[in-house]
Amino acid sequence: MSVDRRQFLADATKFLLLTGAAGQAWAFVAEGRPQDAPDYDIARHWWAMFIDIEKCIGCGRCVEACKIENDVPDEPFYFRTWVERYYIPARDVTSPRAEDHPKVDSPDGGRHGFPDIYPKEDGSKSFFVPKLCNQCAHSPCVQVCPVGATFESPDGVVLVDKDYCIGCRYCVQACPYGCRFIDPRTNTVDKCSLCYHRITKGLTTACCEVCPTGARQLGDLRNPADPIHELLRTHKVQVLKPNMATGSKVYYNGLDASVR
Amino acid sequence: MHNLLPGVEGFMYPNEMELQWSVLIVLYPFITGLVAGAFILASLERVFNLEAVRPTYRLALLTALAFLIVAPLPLQLHLGHPERSIEMFLTPHKTSAMAMFGFVYLWYLLAVLVIEIWLEYRPYIVARAQSAAGWSRWFYRAATLGSYNLSPRALRIDDRIGRLITVVGIPSAFLLHGYVGFIFGSIKANPWWSTPLMPIVFLFSAIVSGIAAVLLIYFVYCLARGIPLDMPCLDAMGKFLFYAFLVDFGLEMLDLVHRNYEADESLKTLSFMVETRLFGSQIVLQIIVGTLAPLLLLGLTQLLSLTEAARKGLYATAGALTLIGIFAMRWNVVIGGQLFSKSFLGYTTYKMEFATREGLLPALVLIVLPFLILWALVRIFPPMLEYDPGRKPEANPALPAEPEA
Repeated sequence: MSVDRRQFLADATKFLLLTGAAGQAWAFVAEGRPQDAPDYDIARHWWAMFIDIEKCIGCGRCVEACKIENDVPDEPFYFRTWVERYYIPARDVTSPRAEDHPKVDSPDGGRHGFPDIYPKEDGSKSFFVPKLCNQCAHSPCVQVCPVGATFESPDGVVLVDKDYCIGCRYCVQACPYGCRFIDPRTNTVDKCSLCYHRITKGLTTACCEVCPTGARQLGDLRNPADPIHELLRTHKVQVLKPNMATGSKVYYNGLDASVR
Repeated sequence: MHNLLPGVEGFMYPNEMELQWSVLIVLYPFITGLVAGAFILASLERVFNLEAVRPTYRLALLTALAFLIVAPLPLQLHLGHPERSIEMFLTPHKTSAMAMFGFVYLWYLLAVLVIEIWLEYRPYIVARAQSAAGWSRWFYRAATLGSYNLSPRALRIDDRIGRLITVVGIPSAFLLHGYVGFIFGSIKANPWWSTPLMPIVFLFSAIVSGIAAVLLIYFVYCLARGIPLDMPCLDAMGKFLFYAFLVDFGLEMLDLVHRNYEADESLKTLSFMVETRLFGSQIVLQIIVGTLAPLLLLGLTQLLSLTEAARKGLYATAGALTLIGIFAMRWNVVIGGQLFSKSFLGYTTYKMEFATREGLLPALVLIVLPFLILWALVRIFPPMLEYDPGRKPEANPALPAEPEA
């Protein structure tokens, strides 16, 4: 096969340009500095998540992916995201009383799925609830941070500046959803960042990426073309603990009243 | 962390297993409460001219200072990055209640307590600067800040400024401890803490603990120095303690009744916690041993005409029980508020370590430290007016002389 000079020069130029661009992009990815993402306009996004409880199968791949992607400590006490299994016995399903509590478990955050411990087909109700930081628009954690190390970014993500956090743990106390923990390696607080290093480069979060059923979907509320608008329009959605009035931006479809 | 798992019952959110605020954070409101309470007791004499408690005036101020110096230490020890705590002063986050701590603290320390103590002791400092020898002469000379003027006019001005500072100091003391209550009371995520009564309850319990602490310190001081106890003073303090405690107990009961009557979704979880994991520290220590028993003892002193010896015994016992009760109250607020899950579906356990940064050992050191500081302060600034060569030239010569500083 012969390559003429013109073709060779065209291919070589393409190769050099693409390699250079990829190299530059990789530098941003490797550095994990979203502000350097060249095409990301922070003012044009407002991030949220849509979680469809009907679709969650409790496989725990999201938990595993999150642990790996975000270098979350391996022990079962530190999670940026986790999955809970709710089990409501038959008698409570049909005649719920205020004092009844559902049975809830989350072994190792649901990371390896759930052991089959409940009877089937007995009239009971069971479902999985993935949890993560609710990226509140009126975050109690941001409110209480004494130095402003936790802050809401203009694109609607609650982030932590680990170089500024003093480790007072007030934010952990203030979060109604139990989404924060102290990273024992740095003695600073950690939580879901909505994979900020990914979403600012046009990728989705690690948990959404690996979800086999599409139960978790990242959404951009400022992008009219984003499918989340259609999802919010066509589903009856709810947020966790609405009485807390935190402006949560993690919307659940099919959320049972028993979920806390 | 894994050793916590057997103590977990029901369902906790996975990140909730570990308690975030340890025994050191129990000490923080306990110590600031003693500061505020001791200062408010001192202010009674100064602002309301309650001569009966005059013998404890200086002791109360020095107690407040000794504990105030220690107050930030448990916080500092607790921080994940204590070296960054300066950021709270440099770049405070305006919406954070905690960010205000440094400012409230410094205001109280520097604008209220230190100035008031300095004004109170100025005649003594000047006298010692002129009479003492060796290093203490230099110390007192520095402490005069260059002012040796003890003319009646100067002392009148001192008194007027001192009174003004006390008047400012009372709301400051209220602020200091009410603010500590606000840190807990404003956390809407935690139903055990979230109540507007929290700052008020903290304030009254602070007054109670401050009076009890000064009463006991006065006892010990007089015993150690072989000075007769001033019974009118003790009676007055016993009376204040009794009435302040009644208000405090009333407020706590109001909170309890309110929670039970309102019966929101957290009630079942919180009641179960009080009946099980907090039973010893809340029902037994705080309410029975630390509140009802001292109230009963103090009530006896108010109702019956008892001998001096009996009254002394009752006051000392009631004071000690009160401090146990108030410490238990701080424990139940801070630790109790973290024993249940915010899912209301489970409970965890607090396992206190010993010789770790947030363990029992540093907590004990931090409890003893204010007393060591107080011991030093008492030697530098003698608390009994009668021995003060500056202010009271008509001092009682029958009493033993104050030790050389």
